[in-house]
Amino acid sequence: MTQLALVIDLNVCVGCQACVTSCKEWNTSGSAGPMVDQNPYGPDPTGTFFNRVQTFEVGEFPNTETVHFPKSCLHCEDPPCVPVCPTGASYKRKEDGIVLVDYDKCIGCKYCSWACPYGARELDEQQQVMKKCTLCVDRIYDMTMTEDDRKPSCVKACPTSARLYGDIHDPESAVSIAIRESGGYPLMPEWGTHPANHYLPRRKTRIKIHEDELERADNPLKVDRQLPKPAMNEPTLDDVTTW
Amino acid sequence: MHPAFSVIFLTTLIGAAQGLFLALFTAQTYAAFKLLPQPDAHAFYGQGSLLALVLLVAGLVASFFHLGHPERAWRTATKWRTSWLSREVIVLPAFMGVVFLYGLAHWLDWHPLLMTLPGELPLDPTAILGVAGTVLAFALFLCTAMIYACLKFLAEWHSPLTVINYVLLGGASGFSLAAAFAAFTAPELVSFLAGWAAIITLLGLLGRSASLYRNARLKPKSTLQTAIGIKHPRIVQKTQGFMGGSFNTREFFHGQPVAVLRGIKWFFMLTVFPLPLLLLVSGMQGTVGLLVAAFVVQYVGLLAERWFFFAQANHPQNLYYQSIA
Repeated sequence: MTQLALVIDLNVCVGCQACVTSCKEWNTSGSAGPMVDQNPYGPDPTGTFFNRVQTFEVGEFPNTETVHFPKSCLHCEDPPCVPVCPTGASYKRKEDGIVLVDYDKCIGCKYCSWACPYGARELDEQQQVMKKCTLCVDRIYDMTMTEDDRKPSCVKACPTSARLYGDIHDPESAVSIAIRESGGYPLMPEWGTHPANHYLPRRKTRIKIHEDELERADNPLKVDRQLPKPAMNEPTLDDVTTW
Repeated sequence: MHPAFSVIFLTTLIGAAQGLFLALFTAQTYAAFKLLPQPDAHAFYGQGSLLALVLLVAGLVASFFHLGHPERAWRTATKWRTSWLSREVIVLPAFMGVVFLYGLAHWLDWHPLLMTLPGELPLDPTAILGVAGTVLAFALFLCTAMIYACLKFLAEWHSPLTVINYVLLGGASGFSLAAAFAAFTAPELVSFLAGWAAIITLLGLLGRSASLYRNARLKPKSTLQTAIGIKHPRIVQKTQGFMGGSFNTREFFHGQPVAVLRGIKWFFMLTVFPLPLLLLVSGMQGTVGLLVAAFVVQYVGLLAERWFFFAQANHPQNLYYQSIA
């Protein structure tokens, strides 16, 4: 079974919002109709987005870290939003695990949004149907595009490669390797929704350098085999001659 | 959650209608066993069913205001295997149909003897329709309440108390309405119905107090730590990703200060339970004004109760929407 998903690397996300605008641009001009904004230039703009980037501050000054947190539908493997839908408009595709909404069947009752603990679904105020991330389903199978372009538009837009895309059920895929080897984790695991999307944690790159690694104990220029050996801080031939 | 008036009216109106129907058929059963005098079937059962039907239709109309695409509402009957909302959509019209037939049979005085049960009990179509209606009324209570109780993320709702309270509060308002209605059409039943209304109201007080007690002591399962998966005791949201509002900031917040929430809680705790109880007991001898007041006060209180029911539920998605910029 295939389960397509995004893996988002919080270690490299810089919060530039490129994925947000790229997602909106692609999906508002897509075959499923626009994602309409209300009052876009007024005092209280609002509108539908599939993807948001939020920012959190972790820790207490001065030991703080700013974490940018992209948030979209997680395409749960056990999606709680699907069984509650009274019309079957909300469904999970068997072939690739994408959770989708059939905009022609949705009655806009908002019940699925209540059943999603992540707040991943947004009602389109103009079309009055529930909308959510489609994983760019109209893009990833579009054979008129080059293979490199057959990826969700947020993935294509990310300048730091913080967004990986692939099949998390294929153990050899880049996303599976990233989850396995870089500590990928799901959000709110306590609800048993098994989100397909995973997040990679912040990582610190540290090198431990031992003192004897800074100083060559076996410096050949010091070793003339005469005992007693000169002390470590004695000048070597390098220090006293120019060869 | 943001309380939607369409759903508040839907649940309170159909709850009262279900309770009223149960009250009618309870009276009919008691009368069949000769424990109560036989009322004027045409007026009491017939017009009473009509009243229940009016409330059900009003609730159904209110529910349509909750939908973005009411013209597609027929599709909601398709996923009854998994969705309690779909089940409600099936059971509600079925119940309406049975109430209509039950009322019609009484209205037309259609009582052909189908068979005689042991103990000289005559069985006519209204008894069968009454039993079917009773089953459907309880099924409808179950469906309506399970729509909320099945959502495990909303801990305030995810409890058997939700189902119990929908049954008890709907039953209480329905029996109060039946008592007031009987004051006009069947005065000999008033004290019986008002008595049961008082008992169910008392049980409702117990059930609702239990759920308030439980909800005040809930510990949220999700935290900001599990929401973004970072293990640190101090995490503060700096921005939710947009400056204006969104569906997420409107649908899941009631937007009222704590004082309003507390005020509404005390308002409904007074107007749903002690006040109607007082009015019911004092009106038990058939004082029309008091009984009508009991139902009206209780119904207004139930509107507040339902508002509070929605407002109190705290959705875990709110963890992601705490700071604008």
